Amino acid sequence: MTAEPIIRIRDLETRFGTHTVHEHLDLDVQRGEVLGVVGPSGTGKSVLLRAIVGLKQPSAGTVEVFGKKLDTLSDEERRGLERRWGVMFQDGALFSNLTVRENVMVPMKEHTNLGPKLSAELADMKIRLAGLEPDAGDKFPSDLSGGMRKRAALARALALDPELLFLDEPTAGLDPITAAGFDTLLRQLQQSLGLSVFLVTHDVDTLNAVCDRIAVLGEKKVLAIGTIDELRAFDHPWVQEYFGGPRGRAATGH
Amino acid sequence: MAETVSPEFALDESDERTVLRLTGDWTVQHVQDVDDALRALNVSSPLAVDVSDLGTLDTAGAFIIDRTLRAAGSDEEGEPEIIGEHASAARLIAQIHAVSSPAPESPPQDGSIRALLDRTGRTFVHIAAESISTLAFLGETLVTCARLIVQPWKLRWTSIVAVMEESGLDALPIITFLSFFVGMVIAFIGATTLKSFDLEIYTVELIGYSELREFGVVLTGIVLAGRTNSSFTAQIGTMKMRQEIDAMQTLGLKPMEVLVVPRVLAMLIMTPVLAFAATLAGIAGGVMVAWLSLDINPGVFIVRLRDSVPIDQFWVGMSKAPVFGLVCVLIACRQGLNVGGSVQSLGRATTTSVVQALFSIIAIDALFAIFYMELGI
Repeated sequence: MTAEPIIRIRDLETRFGTHTVHEHLDLDVQRGEVLGVVGPSGTGKSVLLRAIVGLKQPSAGTVEVFGKKLDTLSDEERRGLERRWGVMFQDGALFSNLTVRENVMVPMKEHTNLGPKLSAELADMKIRLAGLEPDAGDKFPSDLSGGMRKRAALARALALDPELLFLDEPTAGLDPITAAGFDTLLRQLQQSLGLSVFLVTHDVDTLNAVCDRIAVLGEKKVLAIGTIDELRAFDHPWVQEYFGGPRGRAATGH
Repeated sequence: MAETVSPEFALDESDERTVLRLTGDWTVQHVQDVDDALRALNVSSPLAVDVSDLGTLDTAGAFIIDRTLRAAGSDEEGEPEIIGEHASAARLIAQIHAVSSPAPESPPQDGSIRALLDRTGRTFVHIAAESISTLAFLGETLVTCARLIVQPWKLRWTSIVAVMEESGLDALPIITFLSFFVGMVIAFIGATTLKSFDLEIYTVELIGYSELREFGVVLTGIVLAGRTNSSFTAQIGTMKMRQEIDAMQTLGLKPMEVLVVPRVLAMLIMTPVLAFAATLAGIAGGVMVAWLSLDINPGVFIVRLRDSVPIDQFWVGMSKAPVFGLVCVLIACRQGLNVGGSVQSLGRATTTSVVQALFSIIAIDALFAIFYMELGI
């Protein structure tokens, strides 16, 4: 593990028209850690994720991923960077005209020299790794349930064994057993591959099970960052309510 | 990114077992290099993997190693046999081993004549089913319309007026423009041809008959098929895709009453109006050409038009307008409701909707022509 953070955000400001979402936001994600991002609805958790991967242009401040500023990169460097991260969107964002297997093969085709046979085999492996039945590979996203779509999206995000994984609400809308399976899977992968994960979630169980540190967004910046125990001691009404409420207590066994 | 080393392997065979020594980085970027060689590998004795000199390993590399071990038949039951120390290899290979199994071979594609016959049969059955369900949809729509017309307070007037504006009024400029130009073109062709017989004045009859009877209304139908059909299908299809229609049904709203009937009624009202405007514009185009290139004064044109083209021709044309409007809107709504869950099905439904509408309009126009010919009009 190096001292250089894998994501470094300094003084970030994002806005939609006159509405400011983030202001003077600083955040570091260390290499090999799972950072959970929580916060009340509308505090810009997903926007922050989009700003990091370059889908939303910040109006001020810098975002560095793997030590490089996204907006100064050439197309070639940018492609190299994209190969090293995987993004899973909230609704899966699978390509609806491709089967699940083809969806997982898209990044392989784009970024590696894998032949069709091997990449199909690897895609099948990723699909099973993400917890889907092998026959799901031939199905189209519209034939899958919400939970299965999330798993398929995870399989695609993992297609290239990225060093950095962005997950937007991976367990939202899943039943508790499936969600727990997801947490275990994430933890296993994170340990064996040394992944860094940027995880936007509302699921206190997930936070407790997989996150090394948790960042709480609010009032347009990072309110607090630390382990779940540190946050429990943090004096802020929302943070207290969140971790001290019945769900928060149940999840952490306090 | 750190420099990576191509993956390589060496076989170390002894009596008891074969050891596969791995070196280099076995990552998704490079494993293709060794894929074919590993596939071709054929060992007799049980296979073990030595990972002590292995560089970076990711799930793709682990998968290939696991597949090789499987193919060698060394670990159908137990854990893969791994020797040597590596930071993550043992754990990763075990993890991948748990989720990968030999994929079942997909059935070979049947490219024979049987497949062709099979497809042909399916297509015919599909066409038959499609026709029946279009007629069923027509019946359902008519029944719902009839029921709502005797209970006009249940009609959704706001939607009707909104559709009338969006698909009627807003289509007026393009329809009149197109029709005006078509009128000009007919007049030009007529003028050039008739001039050689010194019968330029008959351009008036040519314009009158063709515009009143055919072009005004058929052009309207074609523009509607392109413009209105695609938008109706896309609107309703998107609602279907996002489960809005399911939500409607659970709230006790009937999609037929809420979505289809207002569109049907609006188009029944607006298509004749559009067709009328198109006819006038077409005649105006003819008048202009006649005036500019044939020196037929507009006054003379109008008088001759009134005297020599019977009003029946106008009614023949206008009688087709509501039928075209109805056909367009029925096809559009039905295709919209046919959309499934994917973007692809939305695209397909929109295409089908426009194609079917164009086809129906031309076909129905031909039927009308025969019908009126038999009537002697």
